[in-house]
Amino acid sequence: MIPVSWYLLLSALLFAIGTAGALTRRNGISIFLSIELMLNAANLALVAYSRLWNARTGQIVVFFVLAVAAAEAAVGLALFIAIYRQRRTIDVNRLNLMRW
Amino acid sequence: METAIFLLFALLAVASSVVVVAHRNPVYSTMGLVLTLFAVAVLFVLLGAPFLAALQILIYAGAIVVLFLFVLMLLNITREEEAPQSGQPLQRWAGVLGAAIFCGMTGMLLWRSYGATSPSPLTEQLVSLKGLAGELFTEYLLPFEIVGLLLLVAVIAATVIARRPGIEGEP
Amino acid sequence: MSTEFVATLVKMGLTLGLLLNVVPVMVWVERRGSAFIQDRPGPNRLGPLGLFQALADAVKFIFKEDVTPTAADRPLYLAAPVLALLPALTTFTVIPFGPDLVVNGHTIPLVVSDAGAGVLLFLALSSLGVYGIVMAGYASNNKFSLLGSIRASAQLISYELALTLAVVAVLMPVGSFRLADVVAYQRAHVWNFIPQIVGFLVFLVASFAETNRLPFDLPEAESELIAGFHTEYSAMRFATFFMAEYISMTSLSALGVTLYFGGWTLPGVHLSGWLGAIVGLAVLLAKVAVCMAVFVWVRWTFPRFRYDQLMRLGWKVLLPLAIVNLIFVAAMTIARYL
Repeated sequence: MIPVSWYLLLSALLFAIGTAGALTRRNGISIFLSIELMLNAANLALVAYSRLWNARTGQIVVFFVLAVAAAEAAVGLALFIAIYRQRRTIDVNRLNLMRW
Repeated sequence: METAIFLLFALLAVASSVVVVAHRNPVYSTMGLVLTLFAVAVLFVLLGAPFLAALQILIYAGAIVVLFLFVLMLLNITREEEAPQSGQPLQRWAGVLGAAIFCGMTGMLLWRSYGATSPSPLTEQLVSLKGLAGELFTEYLLPFEIVGLLLLVAVIAATVIARRPGIEGEP
Repeated sequence: MSTEFVATLVKMGLTLGLLLNVVPVMVWVERRGSAFIQDRPGPNRLGPLGLFQALADAVKFIFKEDVTPTAADRPLYLAAPVLALLPALTTFTVIPFGPDLVVNGHTIPLVVSDAGAGVLLFLALSSLGVYGIVMAGYASNNKFSLLGSIRASAQLISYELALTLAVVAVLMPVGSFRLADVVAYQRAHVWNFIPQIVGFLVFLVASFAETNRLPFDLPEAESELIAGFHTEYSAMRFATFFMAEYISMTSLSALGVTLYFGGWTLPGVHLSGWLGAIVGLAVLLAKVAVCMAVFVWVRWTFPRFRYDQLMRLGWKVLLPLAIVNLIFVAAMTIARYL
């Protein structure tokens, strides 16, 4: 039996990689992909905890996370399409109209 | 055997997630994400959640990520990022450092709390789909309905936002 | 080595062999079938009835020059055919093809992967097939390929919804994701296509769209897009896409047969042991063959849809129909009519 902490460590590592991506990428869709990666790492941790305590709650939360990720992707990508139509770019450093 | 499978797919997950965040071409990033999702789905099976593993592939890899690819191709921004990244190396290194610190701290915390204790063997009660569905549709019925509503709202929002402005009569 | 392990290996080998052999047979059936429908002789020179034509085609594919466009995204370009073929090959593993067999005291279910998530596994793996097509279109760096793959991804996602909802309606009265349970249920009651005729029609139309077959072959519509996503592919790589199409047709036919037409069973026939296994496999193959013939028949009979018609059909006709069917079946299941 593999200790559950291994899964948790892997999840932390994936989450950190996702965070680094979300912080450093400038292409909007790449940032989005990094966020999906973080959500996925959270899913892994949830399933691992549900295994640790023999409770299904973690798995059910993963189910909800999947639905939320779908909703987020739909709205987010629609936003990117709208932004691209206006500005011809989705480089987040150039989308600074609301900055000051 | 189980350890070997775990190590193989954990390694795959880490490697492909590095591709997700590091590759300059978003299409490769997307394919990396698919690989990560697949590897994590395998880990779900090891953790006794085969239903979630199938859902992960079906919904995440089969629909959500395809949507990403679809938009990438629609906007044709597949070639590379618009400007070279060299502008803000500081921002980049800060991001990487922050992520590393986060990973180290969380890792320490997790290891201290749970260490190398093995979990109890898998029970039929945890793995069975019937139990999961039963709990989902009784105890978590309200959140379930709310998530359904959220999806509906998201669909409407996406349609309104992505609609081409100025064309009113278009279906 | 345990008996189970050897049995799994044998089942995998059998399935793989069957699936790979479907391709040359289907090439022949398609060419002769189209000729028959269009009232011309078709390929009839090589062997009796032109049976060896497929062999000649294979040899041609192997010896043709394999071109990679210079502007192509090479790694993805080379990976795309494999990405298309793998899901097609793996989905068949959840289809049961006979009654349980007892060998050396071990009970061996005649299905490669007897997973509890059976149908879900099928749907999950087949939903990955879109990546092969999308990658091919993107990596070719060709306008027609890209257009083909954009069409393909939209089409596959749209029709997957209706297909999945139709499948869910079948599973509801059965109460299990295992296809073996679906078969057993149909054995105890009637074949599902009678109570679920609406769901079956939705499944049928959606499966044509899922396999990119006419009348829904928009991703490779040759009169508009040359050959769509595989415009740039040649020789064996093109043949791989070809194989993926036929094999996913076979897998989807097998799923349809298992869900709606009793799978490997025949009403009134109750055999067990080796005889039952062989008869079961033969019955399943015969039913799949009929489905494949329907695929060919439809292809050479119907004209191609326009893209907006395709989307309208998917979202405004099939999806509502599938939902109504689902609600109807749910109500019937609660009322214990099914």
